[in-house]
Amino acid sequence: MIPPSFDYEAPASLEEAIAILGKNPEAKILAGGQSLIALMKLRLASPAVLVDINRIEGLGYIKEEDGWLRIGAMTRESDLDTSDLVREKYPLLADTTRVIADPLVRNLSTLGGNLAHADPANDHPATMLAYGAELVATGPKGERIIPVGDFFTGPFETSLAQDEILTEIRIPSPNGSSGGAYQKLERKVGDFATAAVAAQVKLGEKGVVEQVGIGLTNVGLTPIKATAAEESLQGKEANEAAISEAAQLASEAAEPEADPRGSVEFKRALVKTLTHRAIKTAVGRAQGGK
Amino acid sequence: MPEIQGLGHSRKRVEDARFIRGRGNYVDDLKVPGMIYLDLVRSPLARAKIKSINSEKALEVPGVLAVLTGETLKEYDVHNMPTLMNEHQMVLPLDTVEYQFQEVAGVLATSRYAAADGVAAVEVDYEPLEPVVDPFKALEPDAPLIWPDRPKWADVPEEERSNHIWHWEKGDKEATDKAFEEAEVTVKENLYIPRLSAAAIETCGCVAKWDAVEGQLTLWMTTQAPHAIRTVFALVTAHLGLSEEKIRVISPDLGGGFGGKVYVYPGYVIAVAASIVTGSPVKWIEDRTENLGTNAFGRDYHITAELAGKKDGTLTALRIKTTADHGYVDAAANPLKWPAGLFNICTGSYDFKNAFVEVDGVYTNKPPGGIVYRCSFRVTEAVHTIERLADLMAHEVQMDPAEFRKKNFIKPEQFPYQSVLGWEYDSGNYAGALDLAMDMIGYDELRKEQAEKRERGEFMGIGISSFTEIVGAGPSHSFDIIGLKMFDSCELRVHPTGKVIARFGTKSQGQGHETTFAQIIAEELGIPADHIKIEEGDTDTAPYGLGTYASRSTPVAGAAGAMAARKVRDKAKKIAAHLLEVSEEDLEWEQGKFFVKGSPDQAKTIQEIAFAAYTDYPQGMEAGLEAVSYYDPPNLTYPFGSYICVVDIDRGTGEVKVRRFVAVDDCGIRINPMIVEGQIHGGLTMGFAPALLEEISYDENGNMYGSSFQDYLLPTSVETPKWETGTTVTPSPHHPQGLKGVGESATVGAPVAIVNAVVDALWHIGVRHVDIPMTPPKVWALLKEHGAALEQ
Amino acid sequence: MSNHHIRVTVNGDVQEADVDARLLLVHFIREDLNLTGTHIGCDTSHCGACTVLVNGTAIKSCTYFAVQADGAEVSTVEGLAQNGDLHPIQEGFREMHGLQCGFCTPGMMIASIALLEQNPNPTEDEIRWGISGNLCRCTGYINIVKAVQYAAEKMQE
Repeated sequence: MIPPSFDYEAPASLEEAIAILGKNPEAKILAGGQSLIALMKLRLASPAVLVDINRIEGLGYIKEEDGWLRIGAMTRESDLDTSDLVREKYPLLADTTRVIADPLVRNLSTLGGNLAHADPANDHPATMLAYGAELVATGPKGERIIPVGDFFTGPFETSLAQDEILTEIRIPSPNGSSGGAYQKLERKVGDFATAAVAAQVKLGEKGVVEQVGIGLTNVGLTPIKATAAEESLQGKEANEAAISEAAQLASEAAEPEADPRGSVEFKRALVKTLTHRAIKTAVGRAQGGK
Repeated sequence: MPEIQGLGHSRKRVEDARFIRGRGNYVDDLKVPGMIYLDLVRSPLARAKIKSINSEKALEVPGVLAVLTGETLKEYDVHNMPTLMNEHQMVLPLDTVEYQFQEVAGVLATSRYAAADGVAAVEVDYEPLEPVVDPFKALEPDAPLIWPDRPKWADVPEEERSNHIWHWEKGDKEATDKAFEEAEVTVKENLYIPRLSAAAIETCGCVAKWDAVEGQLTLWMTTQAPHAIRTVFALVTAHLGLSEEKIRVISPDLGGGFGGKVYVYPGYVIAVAASIVTGSPVKWIEDRTENLGTNAFGRDYHITAELAGKKDGTLTALRIKTTADHGYVDAAANPLKWPAGLFNICTGSYDFKNAFVEVDGVYTNKPPGGIVYRCSFRVTEAVHTIERLADLMAHEVQMDPAEFRKKNFIKPEQFPYQSVLGWEYDSGNYAGALDLAMDMIGYDELRKEQAEKRERGEFMGIGISSFTEIVGAGPSHSFDIIGLKMFDSCELRVHPTGKVIARFGTKSQGQGHETTFAQIIAEELGIPADHIKIEEGDTDTAPYGLGTYASRSTPVAGAAGAMAARKVRDKAKKIAAHLLEVSEEDLEWEQGKFFVKGSPDQAKTIQEIAFAAYTDYPQGMEAGLEAVSYYDPPNLTYPFGSYICVVDIDRGTGEVKVRRFVAVDDCGIRINPMIVEGQIHGGLTMGFAPALLEEISYDENGNMYGSSFQDYLLPTSVETPKWETGTTVTPSPHHPQGLKGVGESATVGAPVAIVNAVVDALWHIGVRHVDIPMTPPKVWALLKEHGAALEQ
Repeated sequence: MSNHHIRVTVNGDVQEADVDARLLLVHFIREDLNLTGTHIGCDTSHCGACTVLVNGTAIKSCTYFAVQADGAEVSTVEGLAQNGDLHPIQEGFREMHGLQCGFCTPGMMIASIALLEQNPNPTEDEIRWGISGNLCRCTGYINIVKAVQYAAEKMQE
């Protein structure tokens, strides 16, 4: 499989990259390339210009600042995977990273790429919805912040302008009794999710759910924020009945299509199962479990 | 002197030296001066009329040299080629395409990048035709005729043409029907064994080099059967002036085969034609989608099977009816007399008095094939059927499936055993293997655990498969490939210093022949295996043989190696007698030397004898020490084993987890236990894969699902169970060294053990059967149907 | 289509070339440098037969452009043995029968080396996860796991 021809640019700065993107409506950003290059080899994508942003310094970092976990968009999945900070304080993100593609692909693929590619089967979008993350886009006029809920506008479509680059992902740092979990059914390592569910909870006194975020992967044209499920759980004690109800509402929020990974009925039921498990694990972790 | 390392030594592999250094020599590693590249335009549609092929834009692509179409090949009368089942298939089409991804045109270019661009630029105008995807619909009277222009119909009146290819049957129908009528208990099940792709990690490809001056064709290609391929090429290209002595097929290192590299694919022929047309060497290498989309498939059997028995659990009769989906042409790589392979091994490990099996071959708009994926010529399908039905019957008569099997096994004293469907099983101890497997896995404890878990609502299952393989095709009275009898061969030469070169008609694809064949000869001659060099795969140097597939290398070529060594030993004895000045009758053989009976000090080593064969041989004897054997096996060999699998089922997701899998294999004497174990590990993994993951399927328009590794799901190290293996040894009585062959046993035996475990886990809720692959949605649907799905 | 002059250090040797932007690293290695130990198995980054190290990180070179490796150090299977001495992972694969057809082996060994670099003493499950980006059709992975364990022990000596 041979990709079609293209012009290659490897700018050393963001400004330069943004300028190239602005001049070339057919240009695409090359981040980790693990989805894009495969699409090009299948000749399902044929960008006229590839703007390789791997040579721009300062786009890969993981740090906590001002109540946020700030992650540079070019941070590799493998760096998230091996980050002690992520592992200890952001179990939902750690769970998610570990089930993306395979270890070698994760060495190249980036958090920013996973989000900006906006494949409804990608895993990070649901996780970011559950976290209520903010995304930083840098364009000719500087930075703007996009709440993750406004980011995914359609399958493989985002609210990024052609001359904007996703540069940072900000996850609210958890406080108090918080926990999260990502539950994914995949057919084998390297597969996209048949369905997956991200859940992040914060427990208040007496185990009452103070905050909850639930995101669904690959059961719709875009990642889905299971708002009704969140609302139903909010303010309740996270007991079996409450979790079941939320799981039911999450499955009702799913809009899956039948494909070889399963029927609509199966996927809906799966969302319920996975939501149940994700919330339960998240609650367990919030209560100090692993 | 190194250790001899004959049979039974876990000798480290000779071939590894190059592979671990990245110095293997696979076909795509080859560069020939002046080489150009071939890439293929393929049909996006499963069935269509080709209205036009426009090459103009392709020819404008820099580096593109030519575009070949069916019309080009027709000028040379190579647009069609014969299959091994006496039919024809298209090399490049003239009028219609009959499956998705079928070759439509070839683009030649100076680089593979330019060739790919050329392929993208060829414009083909298709008129879609309604495809026939379902084999049962293909048999309906109003079904469209698939490939109406097929050469075999040229002289057949239109009303006699149909998508039905052949009917094949074995056994006594009347007696079997009667046994069913009289049966106390019967069970019946429909099974579908889906299409699979061998999917070796190396795809297929070749470099074809035509030398017009010498009239010489050299063809480096990914083939498991180089000699037969050469003959086929000689037969189909004779009218072009190609002649067998001037066709050299070289099969370099193969990155796996599993049957997928037995076939001649159109790409090879187009590459040869392109080299002849252009005068340049031509390289063609498949990409993965081409490999999955067009290579010969395995399985695709729609089976209805029935068992009859008594209430006490005694089996009395077996009846099987099967529809075999062959794709648009029958191009299966079967021995000619066996259109359904060796499917009549379907009585399995059990002593049946009555059986009847019938198979109907059908055309559909899919790629051709039928015999790949470590299947031993349809033995996987046979084992799957009988072992699935045995479990059903055991449950029906309320016997433990292990006890039920033991009751019906062919007993050790019954061997050689004449099966009611025509085979003579050479040897076996089936209960021995099953007992060992049950001990290893702790069968009784597991049954207790299962009962406890069921109480708690947890679903766990234990599945058994006690399979009988049939390999080593085959005896010349019954086995031939397009007339070529299925012998295999060894040419063995001992050099003056006692070192050996031996060449075989087979071709290793990872089995380690360079290591194990040396051990076979070492055993017979007492020459250290390290002093024995093995070569295969070059038709200019190796003796004629039918190749490596269907687990035949050890039983057939391995026997040839032993027999050639014995011929050498016979001559060596004469030389030893001459050197020791005694008569041959006074000599005795001890591995590595002849000595005078009663006086062991008077001896000549095989090395001394080898030297004498060139320096001091008896008057009247020819110099040298070499021999050839073309071994025609007197019978097939019948490896067997018992596998036990434990699964846990996730009631929330439908996931099946193989918790444990014990495999006891009996392949007779083991040449190299390390390599045998390796073969079993790999075979088990290719048994596990179709049970849970792999499948090629088609939608109603004939679009394939599973055309990349994104959707054709080869297991990784994470999904693959941690195999536990055990051994029993029941030598083959007719193989010179008691060997049987093992390459495919595990793939044949494993899938149904996993199915039986899953059904066992779900039996109490009313599930009686699950077709493979047992995917989460499929298992979940069963849980749901029987009210046992959880949503947490 | 743009052309680029690249300078890549491969197994310690500096290599310079003018390459088309779309040239895949695996083709650069195999065809321009004639290092054919790195293989192509699936084209879509699933099988890992093309695994090489770029600046010490294991990547699939079929899904990476040669131009991206400009200035980088690339290691392939051909660079594993030093002065004729096998790398412990090579020894492990031979000693434990970790290969059959040999096609996935170079990529599998490179991935294993990267794994052991990060985790010198992995458990069996960690090894299985670590090599899960590499497909082997022959061995069923058991002996590959043993080969990695062998190398791990040897490298800690």
